[in-house]
Amino acid sequence: MGDMAKTLLIDIEKIFPDRRVSMRTELDLATSWTVLFGPSGAGKTTILRCLAGLEKPDYGEIRYDGETWFSSNGPSFVPPQKRRIGFFFQDYALFPHLSVRGNIRYNLTGTPASDKEARVEEMIETFGLSGLEERNVRTLSGGEKQKVALARTLCRRPRLLLLDEPFAALDTPSRIRFRKELRALLDGFDIPIILVTHDRTEALSLGDRMIVMDRGMVLQAGPITEVFSKPNQKTTAGIVGMENVFPGTLTEKRDGLALVKVKDVLLEAVDIGLTPGQVMVGIRAEDIILETSEGARSSARNRLHGTIKAVMPEESLVRLTIDCGFPIDALITRESREEMGLEVLTEVTLSVKATVIHLFPH
Amino acid sequence: MITEPLILSIKLAAVVSALLFLIGVPLAGWLSITRLRWKFLIEAVVALPIVLPPTVLGYYILVSISPDSILGSMYLDVFGSALPFSFEGLVFASILYSLPFAVQPFLASFESVDPRLSEAAWTLGASRLKTFLTIVIPSSVQGLITGGVLSFAHTLGEFGVVLLVGGNIPGSTRVVSISIYDNVQALEYEQAGQTALTLLVFSFLVLSVVYATNRRVWAIWPKHF
Repeated sequence: MGDMAKTLLIDIEKIFPDRRVSMRTELDLATSWTVLFGPSGAGKTTILRCLAGLEKPDYGEIRYDGETWFSSNGPSFVPPQKRRIGFFFQDYALFPHLSVRGNIRYNLTGTPASDKEARVEEMIETFGLSGLEERNVRTLSGGEKQKVALARTLCRRPRLLLLDEPFAALDTPSRIRFRKELRALLDGFDIPIILVTHDRTEALSLGDRMIVMDRGMVLQAGPITEVFSKPNQKTTAGIVGMENVFPGTLTEKRDGLALVKVKDVLLEAVDIGLTPGQVMVGIRAEDIILETSEGARSSARNRLHGTIKAVMPEESLVRLTIDCGFPIDALITRESREEMGLEVLTEVTLSVKATVIHLFPH
Repeated sequence: MITEPLILSIKLAAVVSALLFLIGVPLAGWLSITRLRWKFLIEAVVALPIVLPPTVLGYYILVSISPDSILGSMYLDVFGSALPFSFEGLVFASILYSLPFAVQPFLASFESVDPRLSEAAWTLGASRLKTFLTIVIPSSVQGLITGGVLSFAHTLGEFGVVLLVGGNIPGSTRVVSISIYDNVQALEYEQAGQTALTLLVFSFLVLSVVYATNRRVWAIWPKHF
C-alpha cells in the first residue's frame, strides 16, 4: 500500500574445499512462504546458515530491506545476534538443561518483565503447550519439541523465519498432521518464511514461491506452480518431478473420491483424507492418455477436451501442451503422435485416471 | 601429629582447585572457541606437567619465584614476604602442576556440547559470553566436577614439586606426602603407616562419593588420560 516492497537480496558465494554454493536472487518479503528445494547436498542449508549469520559467505552481499547484513567489499558482517531472525534447527536444538518455559523465555531481553511473562504465556497457549511448561524438554515427544522450538523462536517476533527441514525428525503420520498445523499457526504471525526441504509434498503443501537448488547452484526460482509446471531445464524437471501442477478447490468427497475444481473443469481424484478447501493438483505428463475421437467407454474417471497448443520433441518422446481450460502437458511416444497425426490445433480428449491425480493440501 | 599435615594438604588442595576453576574455566572456554592457529602450542604448554618429572617443574618454578627473579621480586615488593618455602608459593606451584587435570576435562566437556545449542542461542540474540555462561557451562557440569575432583586429588598427592618449592616447614608447607617421607626417613614406620592409611581412605572416600553421584564421569576421564 504505497510503501516500497521489502526485499531480501541474496547474492553470495561460499567456497568449501570440495564444492561451492552460490545464490543470486531477490525475495519479495511480502510473499510469506519461500521454499528452498533440492536434493540433499544441494547447498540449501548453507544458504540458510549464511542468511542467519551462522556462516560467512566468501563473496557477495546480503541485504535485508536496505540493511546490509553481509558484504565482501568493505567488509561488513552483522552477527546472528543482531539480525533479529528466527532459526529453526532440524533437530530443534532445544536447551536440554531448561524446561519448556525456560527454553521459550531464554534471553528475552529488552522487554519489560510483565510483558515478557505475558508473551511467554501467549506462546505456550498458541502452541498448545499448556501443562508442559515445567517439563524438561528431553522428556517431550518429537512433535512437542518442534512446537517448543517454534515458540522459542517466535516469542521474540523475528523479522524473518528460517526453517531448516522442520519435519525431518518426525515420523510420517505426525509429519502430515504437523504440516497442516504449522501453516495455520505461522500464518497468524505474518512473518516471511524461508523453508528448506527436500520433500516435494512439503514444498507443494507449504510453498508460495520456490527456489530449486542442485549442486550448490540455483536452477530455477518462481511461483511454485510455475516451477513445477514449467521446469526451465531437465535437471529441474528431474528434481521437482511433476510437470502439471495447478491450484484447485476440493469441493466434495464421495465414495472414496475427491472432486476438485480446476478453473471450470471438475476432476475426480482418489480421496486421501483431505478436508475441502484449497489444494494443489499434480499430474505427471506421462500419466495422461490422449485420444482423438470421443470414443468408447473407458475406466478413466476424467475425460477432458482440449486443443493442442504446442508440440515439443524430447528425445524418444514428444511433449504436447494442451489447452483444456487450463494448460496441461502430456508426454507420449513419437510413434503414437505420428499414428494419431497430432499437430498444433488438433482437438483431443485426455483420459486421466483418478489414481494419477495427486492432491496436496494448501 | 598427623592431623596438621592432613589439614594442610586438604586446605592446599581446596584452595588450588577453587583457583583452578577461576583460571581453568575461562582458559578452557577460550581454547574451545578460538580459531587461533597457535592454539596447539598453548594446549601443549598446559599439558606439560603431565609428562614432566615433578622435579623439573619444581626446579623451574623455584627459579622463577625466587626473590632474584622478576616475579619473585614483584611479589616480595607487594606482599613483603618471599614465595619460595611458603604456603602461597606452594599454591602457585600446585596451580601449574594441576592445571592440565582441570583444563583438559573442562575443555573436553565444553567441546562435547552440541554446537547447534550455541548457534541457537546466538540466533536468539544471546552474546557469545552469555551463551557460554548460560548454555555451555550448564551443559558441562559433569566435566566441571571431573576437573575439580581430579585437580583436588592430584594436588593432594603431590610430592616432588612440594619438596622443591615448599620444603618441609611444619604448619606451612609440610603436607601429608612430605610428612610420610619424613617419618620413613626417621624410621617412624608406624607413624608413616597411619598417615598413609588416612590419606588413602580419605582419597578413596572422596572419589567414591563423586563417582557414585556422577556416573558419567567414567565416560570422560579414561578417554583423556
